[in-house]
Amino acid sequence: MHASETVLLAAAQVTGNVVPARAQMAATLGFHIILACLGIALPSIVLLAEFIGLRQGDETAMRLARRWSQAMGVLIAVGAVTGTVLSFEMGLLWPGLMRQYGAVLGIPFGVEGIFFFLEAIFAGIYLWGWRRLSGWAHFWSGMPIAVSGILGAMSVIAVNAWMNTPGGFTQRGGRITSVDVWQVFFSRSAIYEMPHMILAAYMVSGFLVAGVYAAGILRGRRDRYHYSGFALGFVPAAILTPFQIFVGDTAARAIAHDQPVKFAAMEYVARTSRQVPEWLGGVYVNGNIYAGIKIPYVDSLLVGFGPGTQVTGWDSVRAVDRPPAVWLIHLTFDVMVGLGFLLLLAGLWAAWTGWRRRRWPRPRLFWALGAVSGLAAVVAMECGWVVTEVGRQPWVVYGLQTTAEAATTNGGVLTILSLIIVVYGVLGAATVAILLMLSRRWRRDDRDQAVPYGPPSVLLDRPAGQVEA
Amino acid sequence: MADTVGAILLAGIALYAVLGGADFGGGLWDLLAGTTRRGRRPRALIDESITPVWEANHVWLIFDLVIFWTAFPHAFAAVMNTLALPLWLALGGIVLRGAGFAFREEITRLGQQRAAGATFAFFSLLTPFFMGTVVGAIAAGAVPAGASRASLAAWTSPTALLAGFLFVAACGYLAAVYLIVEAQRRGDPAMQAYFTRRAQAAALVAGALSLWALFELRNPDPALFDRLTGRALPLVVLAGVCGLTVLALLTAGRAKGARVVAALGVAAVIWGWGVAQYPVLLPGTTVTLTSAGATHATFVALVVVAAAAVILVVPSFALLFALQGRHMLGGPAAPQGARVDASRPKVRARFTASWWR
Repeated sequence: MHASETVLLAAAQVTGNVVPARAQMAATLGFHIILACLGIALPSIVLLAEFIGLRQGDETAMRLARRWSQAMGVLIAVGAVTGTVLSFEMGLLWPGLMRQYGAVLGIPFGVEGIFFFLEAIFAGIYLWGWRRLSGWAHFWSGMPIAVSGILGAMSVIAVNAWMNTPGGFTQRGGRITSVDVWQVFFSRSAIYEMPHMILAAYMVSGFLVAGVYAAGILRGRRDRYHYSGFALGFVPAAILTPFQIFVGDTAARAIAHDQPVKFAAMEYVARTSRQVPEWLGGVYVNGNIYAGIKIPYVDSLLVGFGPGTQVTGWDSVRAVDRPPAVWLIHLTFDVMVGLGFLLLLAGLWAAWTGWRRRRWPRPRLFWALGAVSGLAAVVAMECGWVVTEVGRQPWVVYGLQTTAEAATTNGGVLTILSLIIVVYGVLGAATVAILLMLSRRWRRDDRDQAVPYGPPSVLLDRPAGQVEA
Repeated sequence: MADTVGAILLAGIALYAVLGGADFGGGLWDLLAGTTRRGRRPRALIDESITPVWEANHVWLIFDLVIFWTAFPHAFAAVMNTLALPLWLALGGIVLRGAGFAFREEITRLGQQRAAGATFAFFSLLTPFFMGTVVGAIAAGAVPAGASRASLAAWTSPTALLAGFLFVAACGYLAAVYLIVEAQRRGDPAMQAYFTRRAQAAALVAGALSLWALFELRNPDPALFDRLTGRALPLVVLAGVCGLTVLALLTAGRAKGARVVAALGVAAVIWGWGVAQYPVLLPGTTVTLTSAGATHATFVALVVVAAAAVILVVPSFALLFALQGRHMLGGPAAPQGARVDASRPKVRARFTASWWR
């Protein structure tokens, strides 16, 4: 078993497929995950706006819901096709994984299929039903999208969690002999991975929406429309942020137990020891940590609530079983945590001013923070994925199958990777361009409404602010 | 249990072909609709018919892939390895066609609209072709059991290429037949005639290609040919009868009936293929439904998933298609003026008012 492993590892390294295959998976997943977040959580935010619009007869909220729904149409379509890429890649890049464990990890994917169906079907009804479905019927047609977004995310995360803490099956002679569906779906790490990712999706979507309107407010568009758009995204996301920090903290402690080597890389724990310090930042090169801030005992404190807690280091496993680039894992972890606290700060600031003064904070710094909050949430979420995926290496199924064993032996991965980078570059640019175009069109519509008897908008060549003012 | 899952997979493939295939076919007719001015009406009809439903129809592909890799992982890995190139090409087509379609919806400038539309249309043609070569290669027995290398010869055999062309023709055929009904619903006799002519032409091409592909199979996979003309003969005959009935119905101007029969015909071809192969998954090998790497518990789980899908997804699809059939879906997502109950006083707009300070 071990000899064949070494041979396979060598073979895969000779053909050089593992690194390009991982790079491709990282690029396509990294792209899709942003759209996936929007697919999971944006419908809820749109529905919240529509709910307020219907309940209170609020035209501004209704206009926001309608417009977000239009943007959601584009985002869901791009998300549907980039998600398909990942489905194909499971087989095209990782045939070894699917061959060996397809019968196990495929089951949560099957469950996800149901929710993907419901999401796509009701998106078809909700997005295109604005005109002819009556108010509350239209609202309710959107609820299945929001619910199946969450349940679908749970199913996909179940697969990733299972790869981190595999269980619920037996195998003999390279064949799966029995499967316990429940244990596969709710593996040990699923308990913290599922809420962590779903909260991340809501934070990403909420802060991205808020960021768009904060940028508008910074540019002087201080109207009811912009403040409402900001609030509808910012308030839910900011409320969820402390919960996310709590879940993340719990997850880190669980990882110290479930995947000690990953945790060691996250926290620069080279040797198993007690009274382990916490490193903030810092680059690990050949046993030395440069430019980091060392806080004594804190890592042990965080893991076991006492400075005497023993933390497992990466010296507990052979060098080949350690993840590569521990500096990357540690720094992305720090960036994720740091941005999480920055977002918490923005929420606390708004909460404080709201409580004391019953209004939003005035300083431009707050709105600048709001404008970048979406980007910050996206970066934090991407960093989290780097931590969990690179941190699991060299394993694809932790402790059972290496990534090299799972990778395709076909050539040409590098060529396909280059093509994908080009196609995704164009796709990303086009998506952003279309969202910007929609935003320009909406501003022009507002201008037309502001001057009902004025000339048509094509003749108006002034910037939006002048007419609004 | 393995047989049940095999039947579920086959049903999933048939549904993808009948629903998703027609969306690809729409792209084909969009491509062939001619210049901007001349192609305006058919393109508008295609666009209206596909827009609310294509994403839901596309999910059948994901569902089929998942069932395939979960229930038959060894066969799945062999197919993915051997046919990597056409699968990558089909995948690229799916991405560009979907994105092109979604972008065209929102773009207003003519030049950009043309570019996005051309992307959608061109890749709607390529994608089913490469998917066809994959199915053709499997049917021709070109996928070895333990395959670990891609093979160009596997999917460039005459059978595989013929299957590719057949897929394109079948997509165009289904789309044209469905579009006649859409034109009828909108009371557009010109478009009805337009797509009737195209449906008839596509029916003849698809029929001829099916027969050709069937006889081409004799050489690479005589066993499958024998079964197609033996055990699966009723289904093959059914497919042929359906094709002829559609032609007759179209001549009689009964498009609604033709739509059901056309879908049934395509499904009969797929079921014929499945029945002829049964229980072998990869012709030319010993990989069968039961020996492809999954265990009983997996099969049970998949049957439960499929049952849940029938309970939850089928009524949802029925609702989607019913709403689309009654023209309840469509039109601009964000037209001017808010659709708010006018009887409510605006003073009640507490939420947004309270945030505006």
